[in-house]
Amino acid sequence: MAIVAKDGYIDFVRDKVENFHGNQLVLVSWDDHLLFCAAQAFPLPPEMPFAALVSEVIPSVFNWHDEFKDIDWAKTQWNLDGEAFSPDMDKSLAENGVEHKSLIRFKTPGLTGLNGTRI
Amino acid sequence: MAAKKLNMRKRYELLTRGIGWETSYQKMDDVFPYDTFEGIKITDWDKWEDPFRLTMDAYWKFQAEKEKKLYAIIDSFAQNNGQTNLADASYLSAIKLFITGVTPLEYAAHHGFAHLGRHFRGEGARVACQMQAIDELRHAQTQIHTISHYNKHFTGLHDPFYQSDRVWYLSVPKSFGEDALSAGPFEFITSISFAFEYVLTNLLFVPFMSGAAYNGDMATTTFGFSAQSDESRHMTLGLEIIKFMLEQHEDNLPIIQGWIDKHFWRAYRVLALVSAMQDYMLTNTPMSWKEAWDIYFVENGGALFEDLGRYGLKMPKHHELATAEAEHLSHQVWSVFCALGNATGFHTFEPSDEKMDWLSEKYPNTFDKYYRPRFEHWKKQKEDGTFEYLASLPQLCQVCQIPMIFTEVKTDPMQLSFRNTKFKGDNYHFCSDGCKDIFENEPEKYVQAWLPVHQIFQGNCGGATIPEVLKWYKFEPEDGGDYFDSQDFRRWQEWHGKDEPAKTGSDN
Repeated sequence: MAIVAKDGYIDFVRDKVENFHGNQLVLVSWDDHLLFCAAQAFPLPPEMPFAALVSEVIPSVFNWHDEFKDIDWAKTQWNLDGEAFSPDMDKSLAENGVEHKSLIRFKTPGLTGLNGTRI
Repeated sequence: MAAKKLNMRKRYELLTRGIGWETSYQKMDDVFPYDTFEGIKITDWDKWEDPFRLTMDAYWKFQAEKEKKLYAIIDSFAQNNGQTNLADASYLSAIKLFITGVTPLEYAAHHGFAHLGRHFRGEGARVACQMQAIDELRHAQTQIHTISHYNKHFTGLHDPFYQSDRVWYLSVPKSFGEDALSAGPFEFITSISFAFEYVLTNLLFVPFMSGAAYNGDMATTTFGFSAQSDESRHMTLGLEIIKFMLEQHEDNLPIIQGWIDKHFWRAYRVLALVSAMQDYMLTNTPMSWKEAWDIYFVENGGALFEDLGRYGLKMPKHHELATAEAEHLSHQVWSVFCALGNATGFHTFEPSDEKMDWLSEKYPNTFDKYYRPRFEHWKKQKEDGTFEYLASLPQLCQVCQIPMIFTEVKTDPMQLSFRNTKFKGDNYHFCSDGCKDIFENEPEKYVQAWLPVHQIFQGNCGGATIPEVLKWYKFEPEDGGDYFDSQDFRRWQEWHGKDEPAKTGSDN
């Protein structure tokens, strides 16, 4: 539905990828760990290897949780923008199809939050 | 012979309708350029009825009397060190959120009504909006004056207007106000006067004002009373404008329904902050958010829409979800504030054992099952000295701008609710179907949203690190963090002759 406006309407997008200084915004959520309250946002270069997301970016925030050290990354299930996917760790975020403001969710079988409470 | 005294009706007519005229040098459409483009058809502005029939001279008189009383009480509160009689200094978190979140919204509403007070073609509606413009300004002013006393004794109250334009959670009320202000005049008044003030205002004012009374805050209770008679006039204006528009032309119905759907959801999301204030920040809580929602929305709102059904108006879209969320809302909001409590301008704290029991009682289906474990976990970590705040930035909803903390309450309350869409090749995320619908109806508007997290990453908020951003927010180091580690807590203990803090929080 088009916007109803008095005299036309400006065409302006505040969060264009160009505004992020070479980065793109990537959103990451760990399913069944609601101590995090929400997905977390990171500005990352699109050429960053997916492996670096797993080895550097994700731990920088998600190691806040006691269960983080128990994650078996080989068994982790990934979801990109609503679709299950198997990331190629050696390829970049962009090559893996991670776009500006993509949402990556991961699930860790066997780890379902503190005492299994999904927090 | 002395002039005959006019009756109230006649005076009202002369002092409102008597001041308008049909222009001849300029076209009426040029003099009133804003009241047609939204598509609302008005055939006869004279049909506008003002149930209060208040004239400006009477208005000044009433307001002056209220001001006199209010300021007498504020003075006496200050002279008697009323701040020492509060239930607890942690209660001030509610006041801090109010002055930074709500007071700037009152001021924004003043702008909006001043605009309508000039630009509605009908002089009856113009005069009513002019009075409301002054009311809103007065509310902002009396709130600042009342709360300025607390600013002498407590942290976090020093820069509410500056912070309103910048802080991550204050963008929630700010963006709601600006959404309404940047719309046309009929949508603005539907948003503020009807969706917010008529349908939902009791959910803000009742808990806040009776909350103040329950917690020994006579100053705030008094400004609440001083505003209350204005609020009832505003509510009447909200209902009158809706009925007026609906009676003027049948084509107005779908437009108005769309605005009610949108602004109900927008205003309800703003009230998520109030739910946390009510259930968690108030030391003594007069009623739970769920109880207030059931009375003021489910019962009263339901009756209102039943009455409006004769015009063809329906309950706002997604109202069932709001009702289903009532058992979850405050817990989810307070959790995020506790996790990010180093980045708030008020103090956070896990609920006391008594408070947790109260929450269990008020929320028998949800609190123990879903929410108690996280508060107990953090509480234990604080006791063990292992607690750390979450040092990251959350995903925000493109429309309400709240971190995407809401869950699938109807199907799986432990699953975050993710909604998204693409517009012109870019991804956009929403916390709910309500916010997604709003975006999809007017994507051109919401792609402009100033989302605090995205602005930080674009380098527009003082720096890339949390301390730099907090400095840019003008958050002083003593403003945030755990209540039991705070200057406010220490001062409170000193006032009440307790040497050592009764309880300590974390080292953070």
